[in-house]
Amino acid sequence: MGVYDFFPEYEVVRNDTTCVNCRVCERQCANGVHSYHPEITPARLLADSTQCVDCQRCVLLCPTKSLKIVQSNNTYKLNNNWTKKEINEIITQASTGGVLLSSMGNPEPYPIYFDKITINASQVTNPSIDPLREPMETRVYLGSKPEKLTRGPDGKLQSNLGPHLALAMPMLFSAMSYGSISYNAHESLARASEELGIFYNTGEGGLHENFYRYGKNTIVQVASGRFGVHKDYLYAGAAIEIKMGQGAKPGIGGHLPGKKIVDDISRTRMTPEGSDAISPAPHHDIYSIEDLSQLVYSLKETTAYTKPVIVKIAAVHNVAAIASGIARSGADIIALDGFRGGTGAAPTRIRDNVGIPIELALAAVDTRLRQEGIRERVGIIAGGGIRSSADIVKAVALGADAVYLGTAALLALGCHLCRACQTGKCNWGIATQEPDLVKRLNPNVGYKRLVNLMRAWQHEIMEIMGGMGINSIESLKGNRLMLRGVGLNETELGVLGLKHAGE
Amino acid sequence: MRRIYVNEEWCLGCHLCEYYCAFAQTGGASMALALKDKQINPRIHIEDAEKYDSKGAEVHFAVSCRHCVEPYCVKGCITGALSIKDGVIQIDQEKCIGCYTCVLSCPYGCVAPADDGKVMQKCELCLNTTSGEPQCAKNCPNAAIVYEDRG
Repeated sequence: MGVYDFFPEYEVVRNDTTCVNCRVCERQCANGVHSYHPEITPARLLADSTQCVDCQRCVLLCPTKSLKIVQSNNTYKLNNNWTKKEINEIITQASTGGVLLSSMGNPEPYPIYFDKITINASQVTNPSIDPLREPMETRVYLGSKPEKLTRGPDGKLQSNLGPHLALAMPMLFSAMSYGSISYNAHESLARASEELGIFYNTGEGGLHENFYRYGKNTIVQVASGRFGVHKDYLYAGAAIEIKMGQGAKPGIGGHLPGKKIVDDISRTRMTPEGSDAISPAPHHDIYSIEDLSQLVYSLKETTAYTKPVIVKIAAVHNVAAIASGIARSGADIIALDGFRGGTGAAPTRIRDNVGIPIELALAAVDTRLRQEGIRERVGIIAGGGIRSSADIVKAVALGADAVYLGTAALLALGCHLCRACQTGKCNWGIATQEPDLVKRLNPNVGYKRLVNLMRAWQHEIMEIMGGMGINSIESLKGNRLMLRGVGLNETELGVLGLKHAGE
Repeated sequence: MRRIYVNEEWCLGCHLCEYYCAFAQTGGASMALALKDKQINPRIHIEDAEKYDSKGAEVHFAVSCRHCVEPYCVKGCITGALSIKDGVIQIDQEKCIGCYTCVLSCPYGCVAPADDGKVMQKCELCLNTTSGEPQCAKNCPNAAIVYEDRG
């Protein structure tokens, strides 16, 4: 630590009375925090907190619970304007001259609207439903639906239904590329999706040859870098997603460092080994809704109109108007990604300052599409900040057909949100390509944990719906009367389309 | 019969199994009390090979008694200290005279001297400990050691 560094924000604290020198902390820390010193008496393990990212790996593996990581109480003179965070960032940038990089979702204290919305329940005049005794439907069909039903001269219904995705529950795993996350993380997501009857998303990294067999539960992504895109890839998935933007970093492209592009990843991405894979900020062939429409139809043409096309955008200021354009472009599904959405690496200033909350974006889009009479043309997937089954219920009532879960899925796999993905040294074997670290995530364990989490949330969704007297998730969709705002101002209630509690 | 199976594909070489094994043998309530400042002599050993597997990861694997159906150690035991009970190879340290025949005859290197070097010790699936189930498998963080019935 030099004169232009700063004291570590988190400190490793070891209880030397109970530590038995088993050295598991030393062996399992990819950041080299712990070191064993037999040369001192008694022999001891020491910790270098400057290298600690607070991933909790050592804390949880320590068999005598002798380790904890605490927020440092070393402090600058208190200042509400120049906080420790602001000062430390300036110190870092004055040393490096570089853009600050961060990972995972925006951690700043913006309002979380989900926490200011409550859900209704039935009392006396309308019966609630017991999901353990009565049927409860969580199946969702994602895609374009006819605006009205028509009958032919023979009186039979004319079917003009395009391709749909059938989900056993209103959740999908969001796009995380092979490269940003490990092979074992992808295998866990793919196997869990197959068992649950839902979908995972390749992200912009192509599809590993071993995972083509999970194709019917895979959404393949086409992003601005077009990495890993070829005809077999497009055919392999159940749907194709065009990524226009990402909630964590609206307006900029992806950046996978060359050191993460090794062997299989280079082959899957179709990019050279060791060279950075940089996705351009815009799609260079899309500068209008008409251009987007061309790409949508190119992909549909390539796959003989058998796959729904999703267009994913970051939630930004004009999101409702943009979504209206997308709904008219021929896309079957719109994915909205709020500013709490995760990432494997993003410039800190972008992640923390660009975009809008998913709750507001979702409500605005659903409202606009209804006003324009085109809501049925598209399905809506909301992502970026969904933390629990209650958030899912609220998102559905605000107008989503289903939700994307990224961070929650990674948490199930062992992530502790240390937000150091960009270093490529994930101690949990998730956001890394180092073979010794990748093997720390055993997909046989990982996929079961994902299945457990999704099943638990499905149960909770059924319980909450039952309480409202609703027995099908479709009846909840856009049903904003089932929600009330608490402590929101009139503008916020107006955008959300909600009444205040008590009204 | 349930046996301990190890899988080097998922072994991280963290050596936690060795500590949980050593702790289980003490029958104590706290690992800190039982193992503080002690040299452990567990019945499971992790081999850290200086080699890399096909994916480029370091190879580690656990060496633990396989409870063979026709065990050489039991055949070779000259005092009857080693015996098979319900498929589990057990050792009676009262009968063991420390001749090391079992150590030499075990093809897997799973029998080893106890702390004093005069009698042998080996994995007995934690059946004689207060824990009642193999602690190596229970505490393996990556399911590289499992305790299951594979027929």
